Amino acid sequence: MSIFYEIRFHGRGGQGAVSAAALLALAAFEDGFESQAFPKFGSERRGAPVEAYVRISSAMIRAHNQVYTPDAVVIQDASLLRSEPLLQGLKNGGLIVLNSERQPDDIDNKNDSLRWICLPASRIGQHHLGKPLPNTVLLGALAAGTGWVSLTALERAVTSHLQRKGEEMVKANIEALREGYGFASQTEELVS
Amino acid sequence: MKQLLEGSQAVAEAVRLCRPQVVAAYPITPQTHIIERLAQHVANGELEAEFINAESEFGAASIVLGAVAAGTRAFTATASQGLLLMTEVLYNIGGMRLPVVMVCANRAVGAPINIFCDHQDSMALRDAGWIQIYVESNQEAADSMIQAYRIAEACELPVMVCMDGFLLTHTFEPVALPSQVAVDGYLPAFRFARTLDPTQPMTLGGAGEADNYQEYRIAQHDAMENAQTVIEAFDADFGEQFGRTYGGLVQGYCLEGAQTVLLGLGSLMGTVHDVVDRLRDQGEAVGALRLRCFRPFPAQALVQHLNGAQRIIVLEKAISIGAGGIVAAELRAALHQAGIMTPVESVIGGLGGRDLTPEVIEAVFRDAKSDELEVTCRFAPDHAKGGELHG
Repeated sequence: MSIFYEIRFHGRGGQGAVSAAALLALAAFEDGFESQAFPKFGSERRGAPVEAYVRISSAMIRAHNQVYTPDAVVIQDASLLRSEPLLQGLKNGGLIVLNSERQPDDIDNKNDSLRWICLPASRIGQHHLGKPLPNTVLLGALAAGTGWVSLTALERAVTSHLQRKGEEMVKANIEALREGYGFASQTEELVS
Repeated sequence: MKQLLEGSQAVAEAVRLCRPQVVAAYPITPQTHIIERLAQHVANGELEAEFINAESEFGAASIVLGAVAAGTRAFTATASQGLLLMTEVLYNIGGMRLPVVMVCANRAVGAPINIFCDHQDSMALRDAGWIQIYVESNQEAADSMIQAYRIAEACELPVMVCMDGFLLTHTFEPVALPSQVAVDGYLPAFRFARTLDPTQPMTLGGAGEADNYQEYRIAQHDAMENAQTVIEAFDADFGEQFGRTYGGLVQGYCLEGAQTVLLGLGSLMGTVHDVVDRLRDQGEAVGALRLRCFRPFPAQALVQHLNGAQRIIVLEKAISIGAGGIVAAELRAALHQAGIMTPVESVIGGLGGRDLTPEVIEAVFRDAKSDELEVTCRFAPDHAKGGELHG
């Protein structure tokens, strides 16, 4: 089967958009696909808007340009919706995974052809990790919402990527990942 | 087995496999991850080397100069202003014919200050007596490190591996790392014939007067010319042992029957290959040629590969301000010398990290079909200004 997906991550410096992209690419690679992850080439400052990209493909990826028309967008910080054109270029039928306590009805920028998964990823992250880190929760939701990477592969990616931070950190992140996955699997997809 | 590695990690792992004994550097974006990784390996005892955190890039270059003169294999990496600060030392390394290997994580040069990729930094060092290899992917970056040490030590010439900052250094891609045994089999231990030794005193880099200085330059130039066959042979040998080759000096793509050929350097060429496939599907007779080795300048190889083209575009990420495209000018000279009058269009693009997207590259191909080649050079359109792409 021939596949090609592009995913864009939006976060703030320090939230780990670049790590999230690397984890997703690692998982896709674990699943046997070619993948590529890279940050938007900008100076990183804590709190400033940050972007990172992932390509997943069944064929070798040769391109080294940025992503302009993603198939999915992951938003780590809902406050960015007010200041950044987060949905720019998102393909018709594209998926948005949003870290938010609010349901999509409350969200501006709604577009009829887009799919939303909203989940309180910071709260879930706080519960498992002791810090409001939404990363692995959102990745779980993205995996459940798209089926582009398996939960098993994401777990393996988390394990290898966070190994140096200790076993407890790995375990907590896997729990966060699973809760994000479970949340998005149970939630009726919020097609507007 | 392939792993998903950041370009910097891939390079650092390849350098580790080459067993350098001295690593010296001063941090600068986007090179820093390479040196951090090597520092970790040294700290963890996974690399038996002396790691020296220098006080500046000038210091780092001086340290590797001394280390290699003392007969040890050494490594450093830098970018942009850091490379420029090394300049004086890099000329000395070149002049002393010391087989130093370094990475330039290509980055724009200030002012204005800019941390993103173009080739202005390494292009400024083109006359310093260093071999320059520009890589397209992280796999090639890793493999070229291993080739670079063998080339440098066989030719007694320093080698600069130029990898695009961020576009490669900060991008995760699948990379296969060879085993230590395989690298040891390909890269013999370093034995430097002119090793400084207090029991047999000798001077390196002494004074050269008018009656002999020019002979040094002639010898250096001859060594560079001779390095062309070495670079080709070692790449071919690498292919036999590891199953991957990069064309040695230049690498063609869809050149068969290509009327318009785009020549370029570095990671941009992966995107160009995608565009060539797309245009070929539409029946356009286009091809691409990647200049992998810029120094020594492979005039003969370029002429051979471009002989059948009716139109040549050189797309490069550097400019000789006041003259135009650097590679384009050298290519025009090489073709002229060979009696080939094929028009060469010089296009400058991607400066300071401006994205060279498939749409931009397609526009560069399309615009070359017009017959307006009288200009010395023009600039690639900006993806952010979509209108320019559909002129």
